[in-house]
Amino acid sequence: MFQVRIHGRGGQGVVTAAEMLSIAAFEEGRHAQAFPSFGSERTGAPVVAFCRIADEEIRLREPIMEPDALIIQDPTLLLQVDVFSGLKKGGYILINTSRTFAELGLGDYVRDWPADRLCTVPATDLSRKHVGRPMPNVPLLAGFAAASGIIRLESVIKAINAKFSDRVASNNSAAATEAYQFVADEIKAARHEEAAHA
Amino acid sequence: MLKQTEGSHAVAEAVGLCRPEVICAYPISPQTHIVEGLGEMVKAGEIQDCEFINVESEFAAMSVAIGSSATGARTYTATASQGLLFMAEAVYNASGLGLPIVMTVANRAIGAPINIWNDHTDALSQRDSGWIQLFAETNQEALDLHIQAFKLAEEVSLPVMVCMDGFILTHAYERVDVPTQEQVDAFLPPYEPRQVLDPTDPVSIGAMVGPEAFSEVRYLAHAKQMQALELIPRLAEQFKAVFGRDSGGLTHSYLLDDAETVVVAMGSVLGTIKDTVDEMRAAGEKIGVLGITSYRPFPLDNVRAALQNAQRVVVLEKSLAVGIGGVLSTDVRMAMSGLQLHGHTVVAGLGGRAITRKSLRALFAKAVRGELGHLTFLDLDWNVVNKQLERERTTRRSGPAAESMLRDIGVIATGIV
Repeated sequence: MFQVRIHGRGGQGVVTAAEMLSIAAFEEGRHAQAFPSFGSERTGAPVVAFCRIADEEIRLREPIMEPDALIIQDPTLLLQVDVFSGLKKGGYILINTSRTFAELGLGDYVRDWPADRLCTVPATDLSRKHVGRPMPNVPLLAGFAAASGIIRLESVIKAINAKFSDRVASNNSAAATEAYQFVADEIKAARHEEAAHA
Repeated sequence: MLKQTEGSHAVAEAVGLCRPEVICAYPISPQTHIVEGLGEMVKAGEIQDCEFINVESEFAAMSVAIGSSATGARTYTATASQGLLFMAEAVYNASGLGLPIVMTVANRAIGAPINIWNDHTDALSQRDSGWIQLFAETNQEALDLHIQAFKLAEEVSLPVMVCMDGFILTHAYERVDVPTQEQVDAFLPPYEPRQVLDPTDPVSIGAMVGPEAFSEVRYLAHAKQMQALELIPRLAEQFKAVFGRDSGGLTHSYLLDDAETVVVAMGSVLGTIKDTVDEMRAAGEKIGVLGITSYRPFPLDNVRAALQNAQRVVVLEKSLAVGIGGVLSTDVRMAMSGLQLHGHTVVAGLGGRAITRKSLRALFAKAVRGELGHLTFLDLDWNVVNKQLERERTTRRSGPAAESMLRDIGVIATGIV
C-alpha cells in the first residue's frame, strides 16, 4: 500500500487533490481511498487530506500517520505545522515552490535523502499561467505523477476531466502537462548529478 | 458500473435508483452532500416523478416525510446528530404509525460540547424509537443497504434508518459498484402501502389509543421487528442473487471459527479492526471479529451463536451511555447471558478521535493477557481528566469544563479566551 498525505490551506483544493489522486489510481485499475481530515474549514487554515493506493481492497480507516509521500501545497506551512511527521525515511517530498530545499531551510532534514525523491514545482505560478487562478493542486498532482511514477499523467488528465469540464478542464490539463515535464526534468537533472558524484 | 466516488454521492445514486417519490431534508453536516446530490438529480430530471421539498428544520423534514409516506409515496430523508434529536418526536411517530420511510443517518457526535465529527451516539439515542437500524461498514455496503432498506421497510411497514459513519464514509472517495436501474427494479417492486390517505376511501391514521389496547399496538411494533429479524437475511440472499455480492444481513463474521477472542463492533471501524486482527493472527493469536449490521432488531441468537465458543469478548463501540458505560455492549452482554466468558466494553472514537491499529493492537493484546477491565476508554488522556477533576475538587467556581480542558491541552492559547 502506498500512502500520500497532502498539506495545504483552505481554498487551495487540498481535498479535491486527494480525491483526484484516487480517481487517477482507480483509472489504472487500482484500489484507492481518499479522505480529508476535518477541521474548521476556513479559507487559509491548515488542511490535510489523505490518499491510499493499493492492489487490493483498502479496509483501513485510520489517518495516514506514516506517509510514503508528502505533497506540500503551501511552503509557509513548513513554519507552522509539522508536515514531515511520520514521513518514511527517503519518502517522496513534493513542494509547491520555486526555491530549493536548502533555501527553504530543509537542507539538514533531507541530507540523507535520495536526490530524486526531493521535488519542487512552481505550481501556483503554473496554475495562474494556464488557469488564471492560484490553484496549485492540479499541477502538484501531475508533478507527483512524474516524481513517483505511482500514477501516469494520462490518468491525472482523466481525473481532471472527471472533476472539471470545458475550458477549466483543458486549462488544468495544460498546467498539469507543463508541471509533469518540469518535475520530470528536475528528476533527470538530480539523477544525472548523483551519477556524476558517484 | 464501477466508479471512484464519494460515499455521499454513491448513496444519492442508490436512493435515486430506488425511485423515491418524495425527498425532504434539512442540511446538516456530514449528511449534506447526500441530499444536495439528490436535489441536483431531481432538478435535472434524472429521478422521475419525484418531488424534492426544502423544509425549515429537521422536525419539518420528518413531519413532511410522515405526511407523504401516509399518502402512499416512497419517501426518503437524511440527517445527523442534533438534527436527529430535533426530529425525535416525529421519529417515534413515523415508526408508531408504521410508515416505511427510509432515512440516512450520517453518524455524528451529539453536543454539548458541540462537535461535528463522527461517532454513533446520534443513531443509538434513537435505538428504542421503533425504527429498524442498519449500520454500513463500507461505502459499497451503504449503497447496497439503502436499496435493501426500501424493500425491508415496505414489506414490514416500518421505517428504516441506514447509518453510515459521518466523514469517514460520507466524505471518503472509494470504489463502488453502482447497479443499473434494471437490477434495482428487479429487486425492489413498486411500493404497495398497507394504509393510505385517500379522499375517496377515507381512513384515520394515528388514532388515540388508551390502556385498553396501547400495549397490544406497541407489541405489534415489536412483532414486526421480530419479522424483520427473519426477513433481513432473506433480503440479503435475494440481493446477492440480483447484484452478485454479499451485503447486509444481520451480522458479519470474520475469522470466528477457532477464535478465543472476539471483537464486536459496528460500522467503518470494522475495517481497521480486521487489519489489526490479521496482524495478530499472523503472530498466532486466535482472534476474530463479529460485525453487527442490524442493530435494531438486535440479532440476539446470531450474536450468541457467534460468541459461544469464545473465551472473551471485546465490544468496541463509538458510543457512551453516561452512567453505565456501553450501549452496544449492553445488548451483546444480554446475548451472552449464561455463557461463561469474559466481557469487556471499550468506548472508542468519540467525537472523531481516530481509532488506530496501534491502539487496537495494544488493547486486544491486553484483553488476551486478561488485563483489560470491564470498561475502558481507548486512548483517554488521563492527565487532562485528572487535572480538571482536581480543579473542580479545589475550586468552587471552576468554570466551564470544556474550555478549561482545551486550554490544558493547548488548543486555546492561555489568556486569549
